[in-house]
Amino acid sequence: MKLPIYMDYHATTPMDPRVFEAMKPYFLETFGNAASRNHSFGWEAEEAVEKSRKQIASLIGATAKEIVFTSGATESNNLALKGVAEMYAEKGNHIITAATEHKAILDTCKRLEKHGVRVTYLPVQTNGLVDLEQLQAAITDKTILISLMYANNEIGVIQPIAELGKIAKSKGVLLHTDATQAVGKVPVNVIKDNVDLMSLSGHKMYGPKGVGALYVRRKSPRVQITAQMDGGGHERGMRSGTLNVPGIVGLGEACALCQAEMPEESKRMAFLRDKLRDKLQSELDETYINGALDVNHLGEHRLPNNLNISFAYVEGESLLMGINDIAVSSGSACTSATLEPSYVLKALGAGDDLAHSSIRFGLGRFNTEEEVDYVAAKVIDVVKKLRELSPLYEMAKEGIDLSKVQWAAH
Amino acid sequence: MAYSDKVIDHYNNPRNVGSMDKSDPNVGTGMVGAPECGDVMKLQVKVNPETGIIEDAKFKTFGCGSAIASSSLATEWLRGKTVDEALAIKNTDIVNELSLPPVKIHCSVLAEDAIKAAIGDYKKKAASQGETVGASVASN
Repeated sequence: MKLPIYMDYHATTPMDPRVFEAMKPYFLETFGNAASRNHSFGWEAEEAVEKSRKQIASLIGATAKEIVFTSGATESNNLALKGVAEMYAEKGNHIITAATEHKAILDTCKRLEKHGVRVTYLPVQTNGLVDLEQLQAAITDKTILISLMYANNEIGVIQPIAELGKIAKSKGVLLHTDATQAVGKVPVNVIKDNVDLMSLSGHKMYGPKGVGALYVRRKSPRVQITAQMDGGGHERGMRSGTLNVPGIVGLGEACALCQAEMPEESKRMAFLRDKLRDKLQSELDETYINGALDVNHLGEHRLPNNLNISFAYVEGESLLMGINDIAVSSGSACTSATLEPSYVLKALGAGDDLAHSSIRFGLGRFNTEEEVDYVAAKVIDVVKKLRELSPLYEMAKEGIDLSKVQWAAH
Repeated sequence: MAYSDKVIDHYNNPRNVGSMDKSDPNVGTGMVGAPECGDVMKLQVKVNPETGIIEDAKFKTFGCGSAIASSSLATEWLRGKTVDEALAIKNTDIVNELSLPPVKIHCSVLAEDAIKAAIGDYKKKAASQGETVGASVASN
């Protein structure tokens, strides 16, 4: 076993070596511009791009023509929201999203608000899921788009997208979903889920960084978006810019691998995740799982590779410091640039103290059972040590209700 | 985030971790911060009422590595000082000793607050014990 151990697969994934192999020829030999129509260099590049389009479409139940290549999920999200807001401005100016969305959605919405778009930020329930009745109630005759993520990047919670899609369809509103964390990890199907626009990214599924895609539905309804990047009119006018052929080849190959290996891989992920959770919870008291945890390990409410857990009375950054040969993330304020604890965990209503105590484990393709055992043992050891150091743990053990203590603010 | 060697040393080998009897008249207890803010420090001093010298200091901290290091360092510095000398410890002294980056300065402020709170608690107890104790403290 090699140290340090990478267990932060929601942040990014290493490339699968098979993806890298597929990309290699497109840097040096097959370097053509996919838009060059007059020679074999261009044709070969175009062929590779079209193959990738099919591979992506196949993974998400779309057709190749519905795939628009971008530089990643952030751009896809920007293009979807801004593109729809601009294209459908005459129909309405209201967008519905949720408080736990990624910043690429929330900050895009904030920008749109400055341009006259009205945005509703739905709260989520304590399990991280949006309330369908609240969604229904938020829709007005001015609503043009609902944008809700497929799976959350912090807590791994999977929204009931098919049901959201049904609601959107019945009201004649478009549904966009940021599926960055879900595609390749759990079955995603744009037809079954009634999704109109979907963002995905290469580097979250063992593909390269700097490439992603936006699915744009072409039939029932035919969705149109206004381009946000002007230029040569690539991607049927929706996204100009010379195609990143090696990246696109890598994204396609990554999708094909995920599709072929998902049934087995998701089971393995759930097994490792559950083993990690069981070990931690059997050795440590007062741990709390953040977000819905499915009961059958392969259920529909959480990514199989995600564990977001709070260790009460222990501050997240100090825990990370003690497990410095393990790469994970924390919702603690001390680990964020803003010195604010995770807004996602706050939205669950868990209380800031538990947000400060949270660790996100993101398992992935290259983690082993041996690594999980090592991580569990190390985390247990450090949590115990830090609890010995924690005045809160001592008070709790003395039977003091911490929520009733008058803290001296600073 | 990169930590200084001294922060790492205090984190790995925290000095003077523990708790003393809060009801002991010679023990002053300071508790500052709040769980929602991600930092809570409990700092205790045990003062010799005859000499006014801090004979023991203990801490427990819920917080990041820099908060743990700041309070650990504070207990080291407190031992052997008189209460008045202890009150002269400034957060900037802690910042300099531990090479804390700007985002961690609040940890040192919290440690200074904890020192002041602990000594304030001791002084309050001493005053209520009678004038003699208060006088002996003041004479130091």
